[in-house]
Amino acid sequence: MTETVLEIDRVSKSFGGNKANDAISLTLGRGEIVALLGENGAGKTTLMSILFGHYVPDEGHIRVAGVDLPPGRPRAAIHAGIGMVHQHFSLAPNLTVLENVMTGTEKLWSWRSQTGRARAKLKALAERFGLVVDPDARLGDLSVGEQQRVEILKALYNDARILILDEPTAVLTNLEAETLFATLKEMARQGLSLIFISHKLDEVMAAADRVVVLRGGKLVAERRAGETSKAELAELMVGHRVARPVREAHERGAPVLEAAAVSVRVDGVDRLREISFRLHAGEILGIIGVSGNGQAALAGLLSGTLLRSSGDILLYGEGVGDLSVAETVASGIGRIPEDRTREGAIGEMAVWENAVLERIDEPRFSRRGLVNRSAAVAFADAIVRSFDVRGGGPLTRTRLLSGGNMQKLILGRNLAEHPRILIAAQPARGLDEGAVAAVHARILDARKAGTAVLLISEDLDEVIALADRIQAIVGGRLSPPVSADEVDARALGLMMAGAWKKEAA
Amino acid sequence: MRFERREHRPLFLVVLTPLLAVAAALALSGLLIAAAGAPVFEAYWRILVGAFGSRLSATETLTRATPLMLTGLAAAVAFRARVWNIGGEGQFYLGAIAVAAVGSRLLAEAPGYLSIPLLLFTGAIAGMLLLILPLWLRLRFSVDEVVTSLLLNFVAVLFVSMLIDGPLKDPLAFGWPQSQSVSDAAMLPKLVARSRLHWGFGIALVLAVVIHIVQSRTVFGLKSRAAGLSPEGAVFAGVPLARTLLLVACLSGGLAGLAGAVEVLGVKGYVTTDLSPGFGYSGIVVAMLAGLHPLGVVLAALFTATMFVGADGMSRALKIPTYIADVTVALSLITMLVAVFFAQYRIRR
Repeated sequence: MTETVLEIDRVSKSFGGNKANDAISLTLGRGEIVALLGENGAGKTTLMSILFGHYVPDEGHIRVAGVDLPPGRPRAAIHAGIGMVHQHFSLAPNLTVLENVMTGTEKLWSWRSQTGRARAKLKALAERFGLVVDPDARLGDLSVGEQQRVEILKALYNDARILILDEPTAVLTNLEAETLFATLKEMARQGLSLIFISHKLDEVMAAADRVVVLRGGKLVAERRAGETSKAELAELMVGHRVARPVREAHERGAPVLEAAAVSVRVDGVDRLREISFRLHAGEILGIIGVSGNGQAALAGLLSGTLLRSSGDILLYGEGVGDLSVAETVASGIGRIPEDRTREGAIGEMAVWENAVLERIDEPRFSRRGLVNRSAAVAFADAIVRSFDVRGGGPLTRTRLLSGGNMQKLILGRNLAEHPRILIAAQPARGLDEGAVAAVHARILDARKAGTAVLLISEDLDEVIALADRIQAIVGGRLSPPVSADEVDARALGLMMAGAWKKEAA
Repeated sequence: MRFERREHRPLFLVVLTPLLAVAAALALSGLLIAAAGAPVFEAYWRILVGAFGSRLSATETLTRATPLMLTGLAAAVAFRARVWNIGGEGQFYLGAIAVAAVGSRLLAEAPGYLSIPLLLFTGAIAGMLLLILPLWLRLRFSVDEVVTSLLLNFVAVLFVSMLIDGPLKDPLAFGWPQSQSVSDAAMLPKLVARSRLHWGFGIALVLAVVIHIVQSRTVFGLKSRAAGLSPEGAVFAGVPLARTLLLVACLSGGLAGLAGAVEVLGVKGYVTTDLSPGFGYSGIVVAMLAGLHPLGVVLAALFTATMFVGADGMSRALKIPTYIADVTVALSLITMLVAVFFAQYRIRR
């Protein structure tokens, strides 16, 4: 057994009557990577916030290298060598990389800035761990993956020996995530200790030495990564067996939505270039691709928020002009936006308001400009019941719902109306295992009922599991469709890299 | 000790917050009164007597509250949709001068039932126009309307100043810069005989109720709130962002312009550069004190008017400056902001 650098000893913390952490004990060895696995609300972030001094525990102690850490003092935690990489970065976009890294480390009363020395130290760290980033770049100009690198470098710059990463891959593309885990392993090899929080089984299995599973605020299991399986971890995390629903063979219907050489130009940039697809009733067409390749434009175009610059769209076999959001909704197109907290729902509004906002001008919800509140609340109540939205009723502020429940609300307000077409952009992104299964099951149910689903996703497993046919999106272009039964993950990976173009040429 | 965000705000807190804020402001300005060498409780008693002690003072307080209610509503409807209209003062003056110009020329001979509604409408339109410009700049070029609407106040006030010293100057005013008067027929009837209290007070009350209904019951109210809270979310739900915010701006600017119109038609009949002792700015304070609630605006305007009118009586009786009233109102804004913060959070050890 290697030396223990961190010891969490029977830590408990309650919010109101809710035990977020219940006597959790955990040790971390030198050079070890521990994954903290659990669904949203299992208490992972609370535990790490206690560790970093953001919260004071009700009971229990934290010891770093055998010495008690004073509770509730982030400075003490930093001083003891604990570094935290937050899910939502705590960096200033208008400063350079170097300035961001130095922030908070310089003496307040000093004539000269330590820029020269800091630059050298940053350069040494970057080389040692392979974290390449330009120290003079403005942070706001960097990609999300690079910003995360800066956040890690900042922790290392503060001489962190123990690094905590809160859902580090939540904002990354698959490729960026792989790079990140290679870096983390290199850091562990050089003697740093790491804890990363996750609810994704794949990355836990791939990157961690040891997996600690939290559920409902309690530590329910500890496994060495080599001695467990994804299935076992999923069961431990959720508390019962979860199986992602499986697509059944199913006869598809007539084409309902067709695009022919459609282009979309936003602010002078071509986001979609002459894309063509044909979506049939009762099928799921998967659009796979690394994010930033035109998915947002495709979803916006079909949701009624973006206009096409050229090309034809056939809806139910007839050519249509530009549809507004209201016309889109009225013509039986359901829409699940990529970003549920920004576009999908307005956090400060009540659940019922978010349920009916896109349909508020329909006569059943308003007459002569007056909202029919009872009808709207009843509509929301029906969604809450039949789509199993937990954590509140129609009058609850939507912000209080968890991500999964918010997504069920968005899904529900669309599916409750039995849409003929469903545009689903990243419908399961960021959700925990139980919620992913629920969302997938609903989408498959809709397909069975004859809805045509356009599934825009960057999750290979999701697309392979759900889609009947798949097209890749690369640089605003769409590949020709392939049948999901005739393609494997490797072939899809090639398509996502744009490999079909060579064949065509 | 740390703050945790409260997820549910109980009703008693919503009601208690402004009351506590006002109490704290009164306590703090009590220190100033004591420092000025006057008995604190008597001073506040004098304010109350000064504001409501006689028929005359009570009607005077309500007269003063009238424009504050309208400018308060103007700020409240705008802020609720996150349109930061700081230009109430300029809109007030532009509404006032438009009424004086049209009322003393075009409608000088018209009967009251015709000229009063037309002039009120004129004032509202003038106020609207002054807010549409900053909103257009925001929608088109992302220029912050806080800055533009604020700066337009000075433009508007100087413009009015130019008019009443020039083309609209009243030749019978012994050289004072003062606009020509509207006809007597165009003046708003008195609500109480032998006082200055006019029907504008009733108009403001009715508008507060109407706006409350618009915000809580109508599709427009729902859409404008959505547009303010989350532009992206509103666009995705099909809310026409520009049109909705434009309507909000028309409502807000219109209310502030109407305040100017009502003040001219109800009280003076003409415009001077001291027509408003900062009604536009005080409206912002009133709206914040009211928590942006239209019915709360009525109460907050009454409180503010009470302080301003009552302070005169206190000042005469106790020989301390009337500025105490300004300080108290300003303090109550600060304490309200603090109280709102505390109401949103709970303190944990």
